[in-house]
Amino acid sequence: MMNSTNLLTIEGLSTEFRSSHKQWFPVVNRIDLQVTVGETLAVVGESGCGKSMLAHSILRLLPRRIARNAGGRVLLEGRDLLALSEDEMRGVRGKDISMIFQEPMTSLNPLMTVGQQIAESILEHEHCSVQVAARRTLDLMELVGIPEPRARFHQYPHHLSGGMRQRIVIAIALACRPKVLIADEPTTALDVTIQAQVLELIDKLKRELGMGVILITHDLGVVAEWAQRIMVMYAGRKVEEADAETFFTSPRHPYSRALLASVPRPNDVMNGVVKPLAEITGTVPPLDRLGGGCAFADRCTMGTDACRSNSPAFRLLTPSSGVACIHAGN
Amino acid sequence: MWSSRARYVLNRLIHGLPIIFAIVIANFFLIRLAPGDAAQVLAGEAGAASEEYMRQIRQQFGLDQPLYIQFISYMKNILMFDMGYSFRHGREVSSLIFERVGATALLMFASMVISVGVGVLLGALAAIKDRTILSNVIVIFSIVSYATPLFWVGLMLIIVFSIHLGWFPTSGIATVGSTMTGWQYALDIAHHLVLPAVTLSFFYMALYTRLMRASMLETLGLDFIKTARAKGLSDRKIVSRHALRNAILPVLTMAGVQVSSMLGGSVIIESVFGWPGLGLLAFESLFARDLNLLLGIFFLSSILVVVTNAIVDVVYTIVDPRIELKGKLAHG
Repeated sequence: MMNSTNLLTIEGLSTEFRSSHKQWFPVVNRIDLQVTVGETLAVVGESGCGKSMLAHSILRLLPRRIARNAGGRVLLEGRDLLALSEDEMRGVRGKDISMIFQEPMTSLNPLMTVGQQIAESILEHEHCSVQVAARRTLDLMELVGIPEPRARFHQYPHHLSGGMRQRIVIAIALACRPKVLIADEPTTALDVTIQAQVLELIDKLKRELGMGVILITHDLGVVAEWAQRIMVMYAGRKVEEADAETFFTSPRHPYSRALLASVPRPNDVMNGVVKPLAEITGTVPPLDRLGGGCAFADRCTMGTDACRSNSPAFRLLTPSSGVACIHAGN
Repeated sequence: MWSSRARYVLNRLIHGLPIIFAIVIANFFLIRLAPGDAAQVLAGEAGAASEEYMRQIRQQFGLDQPLYIQFISYMKNILMFDMGYSFRHGREVSSLIFERVGATALLMFASMVISVGVGVLLGALAAIKDRTILSNVIVIFSIVSYATPLFWVGLMLIIVFSIHLGWFPTSGIATVGSTMTGWQYALDIAHHLVLPAVTLSFFYMALYTRLMRASMLETLGLDFIKTARAKGLSDRKIVSRHALRNAILPVLTMAGVQVSSMLGGSVIIESVFGWPGLGLLAFESLFARDLNLLLGIFFLSSILVVVTNAIVDVVYTIVDPRIELKGKLAHG
């Protein structure tokens, strides 16, 4: 699947955490993915399925005391990030790959002006004067749609609303024109109208700057609107990958189907169809106590003994989509 | 900005006046609950405790007047900043205090700098190097320091550094009978200052170390630290630019509160080290039942507390932009 526009290629990436019993267990389990120029890849799944851990693993942001890499490669335009030294990796963070986080209320330093916080990123990666950094900061603030950037530059985060703060966070992430933007639930903490504005902004900037975006979310509505490709994670593994249209019309994995079934459908309500919202019983199993079989088997309507004894391998169904389930036939 | 800060301080000080006034009133009556008076002490020391002699002393100092008359005349004097006359020293209270306040201020300032400086440093280090031997050593050291009585620390330091090693003088503020001037004199005082200042700062240093460690650990786990890391900043920049300033806020609050309690600690330290400050003066005047002098020292302390609180509030607004000055009475 390698082609010339591939920005980020991840092969067999595994990350392990240390349990309280000092045993290592996988939280990201042999993940493969590609992100191409101008594409948004959505990573979806319930809380605790390893989405955020995947994002943090790409940027090597997990604390070494409790987390370690357990194999795989993270290739950014052919360069393996996992082989870089910590200093080299710092040159990648915020420059080639940026990340925006879930909580705009707390992801900015309360004691620093927002302008300083954006400029800091520019000054860190590019050898330019403070004046140049300040001017570029103002341009960035305008780019992300902050009115009166000159006045806002000297304001502190507490002066701004949640939506404005998330725009600042985005401006920080875009400060050095990254090739890949990882957005870890960027709108979960915002109200719905602001959510749409922020996602639209990310989409617009993606096209303008030619970035690849990894959008981590559990909101399938967001996925349907903004993503071109979807990867479903469960218990640290990739269980399904497909382009957006295929995923929403014919999901293959029972977990994907269950997720889609649990989304309320306004059309049904308007047509007078009243039926209880489907739910997936149980919760994601604790990752340090996974058995050998399919992690979803116990919650799955199709679970059999065969599922519980062997972990299903990820199989390609078409060149660009695949599933990890023994029941998902062609 | 600065004029608004000045106005704020002024406002706070004006609001502090009723508090100082209330303290003065409370002190006046509280102190008289202690048994005995100056006449008994003076007579006891003179060795001629005749009723006649004591009556004479009481009459001379107005101690035979009813309490409310004493109170009224005391309040009248205080309003004119006249703190009265010390029976013990035979001098004006204000001149006695004026003479001693410098030594105590120096001691407290030095202790404050040492305790906040070292405490912040050790606490931050313990948090950054969390779960290492260094961090454990710092934590244990702070627990031990926290639990050790001040006077004991003082005596041990004297035994080790003055008597055995001979590095520092055992007591006093300057070499007795010396004719040093200028820098030499200042150095001599600094030399004498080391042991009492270190002793007084010991307890607070331990307190700030623990506070700073907890605060730093919390700060390092906050989201904006992750943002800073995702920017590609080095650990050193993350700590110095983002973590340290945020983590230091609780220490600042605590330090402000403790300026006043440090005055209490300096009573013990000044006694142990023979440091000629207000603490030693208060200690002596208590045993001499020199109530005017004692009340004068309390009066000054209450002013100190009100002023320090106002200053700390202003410092807070400089360090933390989320706090804005409103000329209202908030607390204290």
